[in-house]
Amino acid sequence: MVLLSTSEPTGVAYVQTTNLDGESNLKTRYAKQETLQKIPEKENVSGLIKCEKPNRNIYGFQANMEVDGKQVSLGPSNIILRGCELKNTTWAVGVAVYAGSETKAMLNNSGAPSKRSRLETHMNLEIIFLSLFLVALCTVVSVCAAVWLRRHRDELDYLPFYRRKDFSEDEEKNYNYYGWGLEIFFTFLMSVIVFQIMIPISLYISMELVRVGQAYFMIRDAEMYDESSNTRFQCRALNINEDLGQIKYVFSDKTGTLTENMMEFQCASIWGVDFNGGKATSQDQKDGYFVQADGQVLRPKMVVKTDPELLQYVRNGKETKEGSYVHDFFLALAACNTIVPIIVDTPDPTLKLIDYQGESPDEQALVYAAAAYGFMLIERTSGHIVIDIQGERKRFNVLGLHEFDSDRKRMSVILGFPNQSVKVFVKGADTTMFSVIDRSLNTSIIRATEAHLQSYSSIGLRTLVIGMRELSTSEFEEWHSAFEVASTALMGRARLLRKIASNIESNLCILGASGIEDKLQQGVPEAIESLRTAGIKVWVLTGDKQETAISIGYSSKLLTSKMTQVIVNSNSKESCRKSLEDAIIMSKKLTTTSGTTNETGRTLGTGSTPVALIIDGTSLVYILDSELEERLFELACNCSVVLCCRVAPLQKAGIISLVKKRTSDMTLAIGDGANDVSMIQMADVGVGISGQEGRQAVMASDFAMGQFRFLVPLLFVHGHWNYQRMGYMILYNFYRNAVFVLVLFWYVLFTCFTLTTAINEWSSVLYSVIYTSVPTIVVGILDKDLSRLTLLKHPQLYGAGHRDECYNRTLFWITMLDTLYQSVVVFFIPLLAYWGSTIDAASIGDLWTLAVVILVNLHLAMDVIHWNWITHAAIWGSIIATFICVIVIDAIPSLVGYWAIFEIAKTRLFWFCLLAIIVTALIPRFVVKVLYQFYAPCDVQIAREAEKFWAQSQSAAVEVEMSPILDHPRR
Amino acid sequence: MDTDRERHRARETAFYLFTQQSLPACKPVLTPGWVIAIFLFMGVIFIPVGLISLRASHCVVEIVDRYDIDCVPEPSRMDKVSYIQDDSIPKNCSHFMKYINPSWIDAEVNSYSLQMYVKSRSDKQLLDGQKYHDTSSCQPVESNNNRPIVPCGLIAWSLFNDTFEFIREGAELKVNRKNIAWKSDRGHKFGKNVYPFNFQNGTLIGGGKLNPEIPLSDQEDLIVWMRTSALPSFRKLYGRIEEDLDVDDVVVVNLMNNYNTYSFGGKKKLVLSTSSWLGGKNDFLGHACVFVGCSSLTLAIIFMLLHVKYRRPYGDMSYLPWNRKSFSG
Repeated sequence: MVLLSTSEPTGVAYVQTTNLDGESNLKTRYAKQETLQKIPEKENVSGLIKCEKPNRNIYGFQANMEVDGKQVSLGPSNIILRGCELKNTTWAVGVAVYAGSETKAMLNNSGAPSKRSRLETHMNLEIIFLSLFLVALCTVVSVCAAVWLRRHRDELDYLPFYRRKDFSEDEEKNYNYYGWGLEIFFTFLMSVIVFQIMIPISLYISMELVRVGQAYFMIRDAEMYDESSNTRFQCRALNINEDLGQIKYVFSDKTGTLTENMMEFQCASIWGVDFNGGKATSQDQKDGYFVQADGQVLRPKMVVKTDPELLQYVRNGKETKEGSYVHDFFLALAACNTIVPIIVDTPDPTLKLIDYQGESPDEQALVYAAAAYGFMLIERTSGHIVIDIQGERKRFNVLGLHEFDSDRKRMSVILGFPNQSVKVFVKGADTTMFSVIDRSLNTSIIRATEAHLQSYSSIGLRTLVIGMRELSTSEFEEWHSAFEVASTALMGRARLLRKIASNIESNLCILGASGIEDKLQQGVPEAIESLRTAGIKVWVLTGDKQETAISIGYSSKLLTSKMTQVIVNSNSKESCRKSLEDAIIMSKKLTTTSGTTNETGRTLGTGSTPVALIIDGTSLVYILDSELEERLFELACNCSVVLCCRVAPLQKAGIISLVKKRTSDMTLAIGDGANDVSMIQMADVGVGISGQEGRQAVMASDFAMGQFRFLVPLLFVHGHWNYQRMGYMILYNFYRNAVFVLVLFWYVLFTCFTLTTAINEWSSVLYSVIYTSVPTIVVGILDKDLSRLTLLKHPQLYGAGHRDECYNRTLFWITMLDTLYQSVVVFFIPLLAYWGSTIDAASIGDLWTLAVVILVNLHLAMDVIHWNWITHAAIWGSIIATFICVIVIDAIPSLVGYWAIFEIAKTRLFWFCLLAIIVTALIPRFVVKVLYQFYAPCDVQIAREAEKFWAQSQSAAVEVEMSPILDHPRR
Repeated sequence: MDTDRERHRARETAFYLFTQQSLPACKPVLTPGWVIAIFLFMGVIFIPVGLISLRASHCVVEIVDRYDIDCVPEPSRMDKVSYIQDDSIPKNCSHFMKYINPSWIDAEVNSYSLQMYVKSRSDKQLLDGQKYHDTSSCQPVESNNNRPIVPCGLIAWSLFNDTFEFIREGAELKVNRKNIAWKSDRGHKFGKNVYPFNFQNGTLIGGGKLNPEIPLSDQEDLIVWMRTSALPSFRKLYGRIEEDLDVDDVVVVNLMNNYNTYSFGGKKKLVLSTSSWLGGKNDFLGHACVFVGCSSLTLAIIFMLLHVKYRRPYGDMSYLPWNRKSFSG
């Protein structure tokens, strides 16, 4: 909507864009001067707006408006987007240019894709292999049957065992025989029915059950319980638990995710003296500063910590030299901003709170700080401001205001003092401020301030430098006329204003510097550190300004001073291409000079120079969806950290799809606001922070939790476990069903391919329902390869998921080979041992059933790492349950195998066979496992041994046990 | 009161441990010592077991004699099927077998079978007789001339009906043909009041006939036959010779060669065998056990050598890849 006019005489409208970019501060939008006076209700306004086609870029808008024959150019600051909330503005009138599904908010919505875990995708491929194998088995059976029928075709009529003709009626007719071709076809179909257990349908069911169990444990985890907001972990998607163990990229929102979205004034350096409110006294802190006027108490909404020493200076007034500097400093803080104070009523009629609303949270923090020190901003209009200085209200005329822009990186305000003197206050980033400060004055103070700034930024504070100059009348006049001309200029107004601003912002006298803490959420730097150690690439995608993003990067340990920053800020496709190419060359040089490119992306400290890529949304507009994507990806791969600032919601999703398209690595997106929804939906795993900013992110997410730091236990502990459990479970289920089918298959080879089974039908059905299902599910839910402590202590162990250690094609084929071997052992040992004996089908069938079930369960038992009583109960219980079931089935007189188990169990041969089968079948697997564990151990294996070792050594006498591991010569 | 609260707290702690997945658990790790011990143990168990089985198997004496070809007279050998189907020809046949070791013996039948027909039976009818009407599972031999057949089904229809007589030095050997079937089958599976009815009255006669005066539970040949065998080459118990035979005894077998295996190329053999505590004569399991035992011992030795030669310190964190890298670099 293009703004025409608002309730403010200046045509300003304050909006909040939480739903679009996640920032909760106020932004200003302007109506054009030309339309400001028109009131559509009274007169017809006619004009023509030519605008660009609907697009997704929420930070860009280009249009022309023709009103009263005048061409007016419109920019992003002249429009209010759908989804914005109007604040402090009674009304606003505008012309809707995009409506319905063409609004930028709608275009930034991506549909919710259905997610499927990667393990499952791989598994489905393996299931196709198994299906092919099944078809092959059935084909073998039917081909053999065909050959057999052909060879015996003359005898078929009279074979007592294969009756082709029915002789019981008078006329001979075919009995259940439909000709050679159809017979083969039926054989094929029958073999599909007999062997269909090969395709583990039950696997899907047990996977679901296991996931429910895993989700239960994730939800109940006390380490992921947020006490402050009383929220548990939430599992909103049930089918991607195991993906948490394979995350390679983490895309994080900044505001509300990394930070608490709360700025706090921490310390100041005034006139070369460092005041950091370390030891604050409690007395003043309780209520903070307040102002009494007309029997009412005004109090800032937020209480800021104050430094008692500094407070003392302020109280002393400006008599002393230091006092006057402090006075000017806080005056600058209170005045040099675009904050709008709003007085809020409280239940107590005598108490009113002042809420400072503004575009920049930094400014808010500074104004709150100034208020705490007794410089309370009470009123702001476009012409003047009222500041309460130590209980004394003073009115200053705002003669001019140069807004912040990203080139100058500073803003200035020109104040007319009550005593007619005019001063310009400037505040800005240290890099640009020192160039405009008069170096000849007070070199020592400048140096001291620089040192303070250094120390502030090293602890992650956002720093601003404040300067001041008194203007002489002539200077002011000169500036004033230039300013008048520039602000009414039609063409190139911004450029003119910038020029004037830089003229006036020169030869400043330094006042001091401020340090603001963008409060990170608890544990964020540690979490990011361990994520990086684990080889996970952390990308921060934020709607914030570049400077903000970088300073957060520092405070969250994402960026370190050792890193080389590559910044891509471009305004056209060509310049994008150029800067990307330069950046690639540079990053390559940096990473190759460092010697080894570390595949895990971990910084090794010595030698290597990690590169951080910082890119802004405007450049991304040109890069995404064009051939430059490839280059960006190449560049991003070389970088250990990527920071994207000023990105629109859909760009966030675009970046994720850029990564997803080019690698098979898993991506995780974490965010808390409505602007993160598309990113959360796009990523393989979406995590929502159930914070303050609404519920949209949580609703769209797969998992929701209270704090960013819970990501660490979620990925390293639960993700690792879930992945390991699920990977093993899938392989095991393939194995378990295939063994059984192969045993059936071998038997078919000995029964003229007529698909008779020795194992009775009940056992076939119960096999995957009772005999073997419970242990896999229990192990899938409860097995732990490593303890929580070890996993958190060594984030590198997470790499097992990156390397697909628990489930890959090789493992699948090895398992299948082992399956083949085991089935041969199970089938042929009884066959040969009972060859030429009076054994009947039901008895040997029982032997096969029991052998397979015990083997399959012991196979599982061999691989279980963590034995608690539930595991014991499940595995041994299953074996006992199988015995009971076989006995019950054999106790039914109407079944063929009546009493068979009792007859065969009486013979010693049966027990010898059982023992021989199980041991022979498990030996190869055991040997391979042992060899692998001894001579090519994986990380997890070593860590497990160490875990056990340390547990033992700690329980034993400490001083004796410590020595062997330390003294061992390292190879 | 206190104990109640304590129990409550204990339950809560247990539940907490459960939800935090930190139940007390045993985490066995395969150490070289364990592995070697396991292999040694398996070797020690399996080699004696194997040797004992081998010994048991060697004690069993078994004489196998195939008679299906020899018992067809020379002129009929070209068309054995018509010979066996011709009821007018007597099927007597005599055989000489040399017996080596004295013991009591089983007589067993070895034939050749296909497994398609194992479903063609009705276990309910065997127990309840004609009272049970649903004999559709017996097709195609469920009824004849619209009257039910008892016992119905292809299996019963193809009952084996060769008979044997054993003569040593002119005297007939006493063969006990009772108790050759399982007691459970006689007691609970084949009805005591069920008598054969309308059996083998059709156009095509499959095998033996049954005496309609004797209830099914006493027709032990039928009971044995109805226990369908697992393998294509199978043996069925015929009876027990309850006299001791001496070495070099010559046993003459007079047999009635009634059963038709010629139409499908099956073989018939007569097996005289002793039995041991482990069953019949079969060396396979013994060999397998000895093999497994030996390989376990070999593996144990190999692992011992490997362990001595290439020892990897157990649970040494310096072997973790990231630690290793930082040492080299």
